[in-house]
Amino acid sequence: MTALAEGIAGAGGVAPETPARPGRRGGGAWRFAVLGLLGLYFLVPIAASVWFTVRNRGTGEFTAEHYTGIPGADGFAESFTRSLVLAGLTVLIALALMVPTVVLVDLRLPRLRTTVELLTLMPLVVPPIALVVGVRSVLSWAPDYFLDTWLAEAFFAIQEPDLPWILVFAYVVLALPFVYRALDSGVRGADLRTLTEAARNLGASWPRVLVSVVLPVLRTSVLNAAFLTLALVLGEFTFANILGFETFPTWILRISGSAPQLSVAVSVLSLVVTWMLLLMISALDRRRGTKESA
Amino acid sequence: MLTALGTAPFFLYVAVFLLLPIGVLGVEAFRATDPVTFEETWSTDSITTITGGVYRRAYLGSLQLSLITAVLSAVLGLALAVAILRARRGLLLRRLVLTASGVLANFGGIPLAFAFIATIGSQGVVTAMLQDTLGIGLGGFSLYSMTGLALVYLYFLVPLMVLTIIPALEALRPQWREAADNLGASGWQYWRHVGGPVLLPPVLGATMLLFASAFAAYATAKALVGSSVPLVTLQIADALSSNVVVGAENLGKALALGMVVVVGLVMAFYAWVQRRTQRWLA
Repeated sequence: MTALAEGIAGAGGVAPETPARPGRRGGGAWRFAVLGLLGLYFLVPIAASVWFTVRNRGTGEFTAEHYTGIPGADGFAESFTRSLVLAGLTVLIALALMVPTVVLVDLRLPRLRTTVELLTLMPLVVPPIALVVGVRSVLSWAPDYFLDTWLAEAFFAIQEPDLPWILVFAYVVLALPFVYRALDSGVRGADLRTLTEAARNLGASWPRVLVSVVLPVLRTSVLNAAFLTLALVLGEFTFANILGFETFPTWILRISGSAPQLSVAVSVLSLVVTWMLLLMISALDRRRGTKESA
Repeated sequence: MLTALGTAPFFLYVAVFLLLPIGVLGVEAFRATDPVTFEETWSTDSITTITGGVYRRAYLGSLQLSLITAVLSAVLGLALAVAILRARRGLLLRRLVLTASGVLANFGGIPLAFAFIATIGSQGVVTAMLQDTLGIGLGGFSLYSMTGLALVYLYFLVPLMVLTIIPALEALRPQWREAADNLGASGWQYWRHVGGPVLLPPVLGATMLLFASAFAAYATAKALVGSSVPLVTLQIADALSSNVVVGAENLGKALALGMVVVVGLVMAFYAWVQRRTQRWLA
């Protein structure tokens, strides 16, 4: 189970370079074959998508209209803003829920570690579509059993199409594995016990310790967790589709019939932009690392 | 006692938004709605239905697709991870591959599906190129088939494997290799007696994760093939969106429960294998 979890929070993390072994020069051919073949496999679809979107099939002319047309595309602004808001809320709730839990478990309640770890891993193996069917069943209790009670009102309120809170609540669950792993590795890396004890001895209250000691120490992990959650929510399709809300990915699918090139342009752009952001965070990570060791 | 209360929000949240929906599946999959009186009764009708006919085919299709893609991506991902770790001046390469893997493994299937449609779909760039130069197009290959789906699945499963297995590879100490070298072991002997046994449990765990991920994949399949390929996820979506058949909702719940059970069985098998390998390692 722990092996399963190992490294899922590893994206963007950079490990020290392993020293090169001199004298073992043979056997390098398969490496180039692997890198070449898989490189081709991963690059061709991206390159072909770009070609597909910038070249007019009929006239053979090049155009960027499918990219410049994205902001004005029908429904784009709404669905993308909605996805961004959902992502922001998910990050906030996930962190508010997990930072105290991870810190408490590490410092005071090591007995609970296995339980918390197992629970946070569950969303990785439980199929999201099964989870969403369950969520749908629970939501249908409102008209069936709770009609005219405050509970039914609450159930309807979280299904508002403009800002579906139910998606936020579900996405927090989907993000748990990543957030937990990122925070846990951050807590283990820093000697949090000594730091918090020092702060407590100097008279800091627990909330103060959390804000002034724990959060700064966990900055990179928090950033990593936040970013992975952002990517997850911006790309999540299953929940939004089954519960019938329009978010960024469901919008792409909806327009693909009438505007195939636009849908490909948006897809490529979203992948590349996310990658650039992740690269930036990874670079940031390393700068901090070298500064601290210097 | 007070500190234990600090973790209460977490447990409460998980209970409401994760355990409750799954528990509800386990109960409501055994309910049936009478088509005439709309009365709810206990029944195993839905469970019986999903073990036969089109649903049975869907389960088998999903199992086949996820088994093949999981094993294939485990092998390819392991090779890629070893290759980038061994690269001599590989820091930039490693960072590029790791961040790209993070995006592809987590971003979800919709953009990937469209990238492939633009490449080897019926109007795809590569399809057109092959048609113009060789006049054969893609031959008998179709993106909108089981094989086509498998090809797209690798696009997010291989990165997932790389991310999952890199920490395990980094834990292989260079000293072990040096010790083996000094004792005169060949590269094969090192992997057979040292590297392989140490890596086996994490590789099995990662393959499990790939299987679960492929088994649960819905977005890619939905965008590519609609419901023309037999897959459980697509059948669930079909059952839920059907407002013609009474009881389709219960069928969806039974199908979803079936998925949870399949994943649970695979997890149990994995735990058993893991215990055995650990005993053997110790």
